[in-house]
Amino acid sequence: MSEITPSIVEAHGLSPEEYDRVLNALGREPNLVELGIFSVMWSEHCSYKSSRIHLKKLPTEAPWVICGPGENAGVIDIGDGQAAIFKMESHNHPSYIEPYQGAATGVGGILRDVFTMGARPVANLNALRFGRPDHPKMKHLVQGVVAGIGGYGNCVGVPTVGGETNFHPAYDGNILVNAMTVGVADTDKIFYSAATGLGNPIVYVGSKTGRDGIHGATMASADFGEDSDAKRPTVQVGDPFTEKLLIEACLELMATDAIVAIQDMGAAGLTSSSVEMATNGKAGIRLNMNNVPCRETGMTPYEMMLSESQERMLMVLKPGKEPMAEAIFRKWELDFAVIGEVTDTQHMVLEFNGEVVCDIPLGPLAADAPLYDRPYVSPEEYKAWANVAPLGDVAESADIGADLLTLMGSADLASRRWIWQQYDSQVGADTLQLSGGDAAVVRVHGTSKALAMSTDCTPRYCYADPYEGGKQAVAETYRNISAVGGRPLAITNCLNFANPQRPEIMAQIVGCLNGMADACRALDYPIVSGNVSLYNESKATGGGSAILPTPAIGGVGILEDSSLMATIAFKGEGQDIAVIGREHDDLGQSLWLRTIQGREDGNPPPVDLAEERRLGELVRDLIAAGDVTAVHDVSDGGLLVAVTEMALAGGIGADLLPLTTAQAYAEAQGLYVVTLPDASVLAQRGIAARVIGKTGGAAIVANGATIALADLREANDSFFRNWMES
Amino acid sequence: MSFRSAVITFPGSNCDRDMAVALEQVSGTAPIRVWHGDADLPDGLDFIALPGGFSYGDYLRSGAMAAKSPIMQSVIAAAGRGVPVLGVCNGFQVLTESGLLPGALMRNAGQTFICRSVALTVENTQSLFTAGYSAGQKISIPVAHHDGNFFADDATLDRLEGEGRVAFRYAEPCNGSLRNIAGILNDAGNVLGMMPHPERAIETAQGGSDGRALFASAIKGLVGA
Repeated sequence: MSEITPSIVEAHGLSPEEYDRVLNALGREPNLVELGIFSVMWSEHCSYKSSRIHLKKLPTEAPWVICGPGENAGVIDIGDGQAAIFKMESHNHPSYIEPYQGAATGVGGILRDVFTMGARPVANLNALRFGRPDHPKMKHLVQGVVAGIGGYGNCVGVPTVGGETNFHPAYDGNILVNAMTVGVADTDKIFYSAATGLGNPIVYVGSKTGRDGIHGATMASADFGEDSDAKRPTVQVGDPFTEKLLIEACLELMATDAIVAIQDMGAAGLTSSSVEMATNGKAGIRLNMNNVPCRETGMTPYEMMLSESQERMLMVLKPGKEPMAEAIFRKWELDFAVIGEVTDTQHMVLEFNGEVVCDIPLGPLAADAPLYDRPYVSPEEYKAWANVAPLGDVAESADIGADLLTLMGSADLASRRWIWQQYDSQVGADTLQLSGGDAAVVRVHGTSKALAMSTDCTPRYCYADPYEGGKQAVAETYRNISAVGGRPLAITNCLNFANPQRPEIMAQIVGCLNGMADACRALDYPIVSGNVSLYNESKATGGGSAILPTPAIGGVGILEDSSLMATIAFKGEGQDIAVIGREHDDLGQSLWLRTIQGREDGNPPPVDLAEERRLGELVRDLIAAGDVTAVHDVSDGGLLVAVTEMALAGGIGADLLPLTTAQAYAEAQGLYVVTLPDASVLAQRGIAARVIGKTGGAAIVANGATIALADLREANDSFFRNWMES
Repeated sequence: MSFRSAVITFPGSNCDRDMAVALEQVSGTAPIRVWHGDADLPDGLDFIALPGGFSYGDYLRSGAMAAKSPIMQSVIAAAGRGVPVLGVCNGFQVLTESGLLPGALMRNAGQTFICRSVALTVENTQSLFTAGYSAGQKISIPVAHHDGNFFADDATLDRLEGEGRVAFRYAEPCNGSLRNIAGILNDAGNVLGMMPHPERAIETAQGGSDGRALFASAIKGLVGA
């Protein structure tokens, strides 16, 4: 074994202080295999060393939570002996380097997190952030990411039903690709990762191990230098066909009683899966590296332990079940190998060619893992640093109709049809509502109930006010799920931020998490799983450009009777259009201000959490009672954009009462637009609502302007078409 | 009389369950699930379905490896005896690759995967599969494919048209298919291959139920109403 020099330590992403901790944990110098293992386990990606103390503030419990954060994914009870299992995860850095494979393997990884717990995946969603559309790389990145998400999900046969896509120059050098999977399992067939049972066999299944992706977790924990293209070999390559076989084989084995524990090999591959299984089981682990199925000859234990080859799982089986399990995996033409056993030593011991090549005490590996309380500036200091100008005076819109056409054709509000038509959204034949509405709705197979799901975050709000932005991201998923008639149950998150060693960035993290925690508590809407992606900044675009703080939220709710589901589309002519909730007269941080006035000024619209909860319950009651014919929440673009989206979805126009610019375009929070044959029903039920117009015709009529739906549709559809065909 | 059908599953098939659910919903009897490695089909089948998906990962060419699997030799033999065979999406690709249907399905003209509901025109209402539709009827069925661009030489296309073997046509260009062909029959009329997914359009909750008549008419034709 070669001697460990300071430059080798640095190449593994460990600071001198962290290397001292390694020496302390081992009581001696590590060899290269051991150093590699410490380096990936202590990477930001695996250890959450900068975020852990703040993540603890998030509420994670509710009577319906079966398993919160800490396992492969979160588990909630959805009644009738069934559970929804879900998580969201980032694949940002790989997707910037190689967009197709980066995005594809992001989908593959999150699918494995969900089916490893015993769930059949039933829906994929995503949250994507790209730079400005005219950036020279951006079209290529969008095309690659979308094709990669589709290429993987379509082949695996899990419908991609929802997501969000934003554009902002802050992502020019560091796009965000967050993928979410939701699965359904029986509550008595949920599988966990704790390795137990002295002498139980440890089994490797799936694809062979290759030299791809070595040190991917370390890469994901560093900001991009000028040489990001040179990091291409650390991007993994996905094979969705093998993943499909792996899903079917695992679910077939899970229907038996053979499995003690199971864990997918995700970031940091065999290292993190084996360390986590042994640590969670308070056991030890011994692996014979000669038995690891390898794609090429001559691979070293170091390479095997750090490879991030895809489509692999590690299991602990009950003794004697190996032949039955092997037959299932052979039937699906997958590798199956017993590579070790559970021990009681609380050490991870690796043998290769008869020699011990690694012997690490697991306790110190976890207990001595670095934990940083990184300094952060106060909200006042942050505000000064963020330098968001006050809103000041805003002139009324010169032409409300022209502004509407511009907004509907703008990058952030244009129809995403070009994207979602590349995803198989209907495989499974249970998709009841897909992209384009408020939340995706997928029926729980063979039942009348359905899951409602939405991913949301408004990064410009988070930048201007991290606390309000964190609240808003949670509240928007709550609102979107309520708007289809679903009862919001729990969320997963994917926390994308820049370099936490900068106190201003750390202030964004702390502020957003505080806001999220308050929203979760107020809405009784806990966090059950999540992922943190830091160091999202790039020097490639010319110097230290940080992304906007982007704590993406994925919410899941339930519709007990899916036949009562609401959609955004206008259903008939001559119906009343009413708004329920509090209107807002401040255009701060609105898309209208940015798109029409060219300013990103002012405060984001505030979220009143108590009101949010009351309104959500009220809207769900109206939907369940069949009192409303269409529902849509107001979000990006404001009220007039929301009404236009409803009109386009239904192919029916609207004749509106006079609107001020702020009424039309301020992005009020906790505001729903509903239609119904006669709005007096709302007053009879004691619901405060304001009628804003009537459905009908083939145009939006507002303030004397008549904007044809055909023109609005053309503007809405043309952005992606023109961009992609240019 | 009960309806005895089979759904073939290849490694990488992903619409096999959906096809089985549709057949059971419309016929009242669950189909037999058959694994690609099986050499023989169950006896006495009324109907065989080749589902959508990515058999063998669509590596080499879509449907090419599935066409060589053991079970396909039995399917080819059964089709020769007149057993009705429906191939949807990847199933259609398998049918062309195995020679049961003419032509080939190439990469979509726009190069991207396409998933959306498309309007189809029913061109043939004489076949077992299409007797439940009226001539020229416009129906809406979802497509979801990357390789659905139907190609055949002019003589083959003329023959297909002349013999009334074009079952469905896209009402608007969809994927570059020659003459907008979306589904074709073999010369005996007992094998139908189509890119759109009728099994995804069985009930209104799915966004439309125009696919139901295809299964209903086949079942009615085979075992009576």
